[in-house]
Amino acid sequence: MKPWILHIALIAVLATAPLWLSPYHATNLARIMVLAVFAMGYNLAFGYTGLLSLGHALLLAAGMYAAGLPAQLWGWAAGPAFIAGIAGGGLIAAALGLLALRTAGVSFMIVTLMFAQAGYLTLLYFAHVTGGEDGFAVVSSGRVLLGSDLSTDTPRFLAALTIFAIGLLASLALVRSPFGRTMVAMRENEERSRMLGYNPFTVKLAALTLSGLYAGAAGAAYALLFGYVGASFATIQYSILPMLYVLMGGAGTTLGPFLGALLMFALIEAATVLTTAHQFIVGAALVVLILFAPKGILGTIRERWLRWLP
Amino acid sequence: MAPLIQTRGLTRHFGGLKAVDGVDFTLTQGEIHGLIGPNGAGKTTFVSLLSGRLPAQSGTISLNGEDITRLPAHHRARKGIAYTFQITSVFPRLSVFDNVALAVQSQGTRDLTARTRAALVRVGLDGLEEQEAQTLSYGHQRLLEVAMGLALHPRLLILDEPTQGLAASEIEGFKSLVRSLVPETTVLLIEHNMEVVMDLATRITVLTFGRVLATGTPAEIRANPHVQEAYLGA
Amino acid sequence: MAFGPFLLLALMEGLVTAAILALAASGLSLVFGVMRVVNVAHGEFYMLGAVLAWAVTTMIPGPPAMAFLAAVLIAPLLVAALAAAADGLILKRLNYDPEATIVATIGLLYILQQAALSLYGPNANPVAAPFTWRIQLPWFGYSGYKLFVVLAAILVLLALWAFMTRTRAGLVMRATQVDRTTAQAFGINVDRVYMGTFALGAGLAALAGVLIVPVQQAQYLMGHDPLLLSFIVVIIGGLGSLRGTLIAALVIGLSDGVISMFFTPTLAKILATLLVAMVLVFRPQGLFGAKA
Repeated sequence: MKPWILHIALIAVLATAPLWLSPYHATNLARIMVLAVFAMGYNLAFGYTGLLSLGHALLLAAGMYAAGLPAQLWGWAAGPAFIAGIAGGGLIAAALGLLALRTAGVSFMIVTLMFAQAGYLTLLYFAHVTGGEDGFAVVSSGRVLLGSDLSTDTPRFLAALTIFAIGLLASLALVRSPFGRTMVAMRENEERSRMLGYNPFTVKLAALTLSGLYAGAAGAAYALLFGYVGASFATIQYSILPMLYVLMGGAGTTLGPFLGALLMFALIEAATVLTTAHQFIVGAALVVLILFAPKGILGTIRERWLRWLP
Repeated sequence: MAPLIQTRGLTRHFGGLKAVDGVDFTLTQGEIHGLIGPNGAGKTTFVSLLSGRLPAQSGTISLNGEDITRLPAHHRARKGIAYTFQITSVFPRLSVFDNVALAVQSQGTRDLTARTRAALVRVGLDGLEEQEAQTLSYGHQRLLEVAMGLALHPRLLILDEPTQGLAASEIEGFKSLVRSLVPETTVLLIEHNMEVVMDLATRITVLTFGRVLATGTPAEIRANPHVQEAYLGA
Repeated sequence: MAFGPFLLLALMEGLVTAAILALAASGLSLVFGVMRVVNVAHGEFYMLGAVLAWAVTTMIPGPPAMAFLAAVLIAPLLVAALAAAADGLILKRLNYDPEATIVATIGLLYILQQAALSLYGPNANPVAAPFTWRIQLPWFGYSGYKLFVVLAAILVLLALWAFMTRTRAGLVMRATQVDRTTAQAFGINVDRVYMGTFALGAGLAALAGVLIVPVQQAQYLMGHDPLLLSFIVVIIGGLGSLRGTLIAALVIGLSDGVISMFFTPTLAKILATLLVAMVLVFRPQGLFGAKA
């Protein structure tokens, strides 16, 4: 029961945020929540199932374009476009998994990196449709959901919060379910789980596809809430970002992705006063985390103090 | 009685080493069958072929008359062949409960908690549910392995040196546990502790250099001059 | 220009690409082969080589040939020292865990790139070639320096080959590659071998960067393409196989020159990355590599 109370309390606190945050910061928080959904998906693959992917930008971009292009080309409304985005992320993830999951470890990392790179280049190649590196602004008719305009502050925040809350609670339910246990078994000892009757390939494929649904939802939400779609979201940077969030917050913890996204955002915001060298902060954070705190913040807290933390 | 497992000409070489070399072997439903032989005789390789951890190079394996030679390991596990590892291979960072629950839930998720507890009670690990598996003593980790095997409700349970590292007092409990499994479950037991094998097994097969040297009751094996020469006398 | 001379020009350009690629990729291959480390920051060592070459040549007065010679000697050494430090401070502490080192070298990539941007700036700067001699062929003139690059790369690779097969240090490296534990048991200081290998790999990338900089200006983002191409070469050639790496560098360098005549560069890159991914999925030992 404790985990559910903790998660619902966090969502409740976030829901009150527009009351005590400036509109600027509330919009930033909406952005963080959307990126946290992306990181939650990454966490399902990396943190729970042990699949270290370097290609999740492809899945984010898949969701983004699967939502943005129909809105742009065929005048879809935000609802159907969002669903198309989720489906796009899941579909590409399943296709990626069918090929990449024949490999493991370092090869898996390189293969996912290469497929994502090919996807990015493909977006550039078809720049007349995708807008290439410059991207395009999503038409305002495509950003209306149930009569409210997602480009205005309050609906945007509420939409981001809803997606975040559903994603968070779904991931909590998932990792506490028997399938969640099976995912962790892949991470911990694949050979043993095979001897218990599990087919590692199908389990990992399912986990990666779920991860893709999250990434797709995040990409679609980003496109519809912030009104921009571009190939830059398919670059390697956007594969590294969720990894960084998850490592910082704690791989294999349900709240880690959000905490990592929030802290990384705050860190860069705070450092902007001192330096414009954002990349340096990202790089240093990666090195320091992997060296000194590979379990991340919540992973360490769980190990030392709160064993019940999911 | 119909044979549960039958192998014909089962072979697996590693380079020049003939680990398993044309083994014909029959396992009868409901027996406790001991598999003995000197180190390097091919015992672990042989049961790895049965469980599907290793693919056979030639020969056939059948389970209740069905050819399973080409079946991947996870399908064989679902068909009722459970393998407990010689070198304990539990999920080290998961709790004792989760370890056994993984085995239980591969059979279906109904009454998951109750069935998991039952398997733990059966090997005497109840009360340690929440402990992380890697913090268990070696003997308890071996029992956890067995509990995971049992929880699969297998038709064949392969135990690879289960008493290694157990205290004398624990061995007695283990023997009665194994006896309580038959005849619903057939047990194939690799064991170095001769007292345990002679006491438990209804039949024994002796492997040397990847081949079957003899098969028979414990008394027959004890009396067999070839076995004495090759193994017991050494 | 007629098709024949045009193809000749493309092949000559491809040969230069192949030479640079062979240097950079052999460094990556060496590091992967001996240490089982995938160094994602490898392209940044190449970039640092080029940027440092610019720094050295602007600081040292005198004829371009002298300044360039100084750059050839100094830049790779500095980069190698930096790599050795990174090995001792980061990779060694991670126990060379394959996945953790990838994450760490990604961090290193960001740090080095930002350092170059902050200290060197976003602009591309040229470095004068040590000589301006040109070869006059019947159809076109060709830069003598580019041919020098090819020659220099061949010499360095021959030296590398001799080092690996004929010297004690090379033997020790190969022994460590085959079996780290046994090497340790025989009294080989594996830590030093790893540090040396990482430094050598980085030095080779830096040398490639120095050699290319008179042809192509020094810029802080220039490490991306060589990294990608080196990956392609190393994977196609078979991970960790030096011989396969060299063959693949030649094939890919030459075909890069020719393919880009028929395809747009983007399409060529898409096909190349897909090819690499497929090779890793379906033929992990590489196309040319002997089995590991």
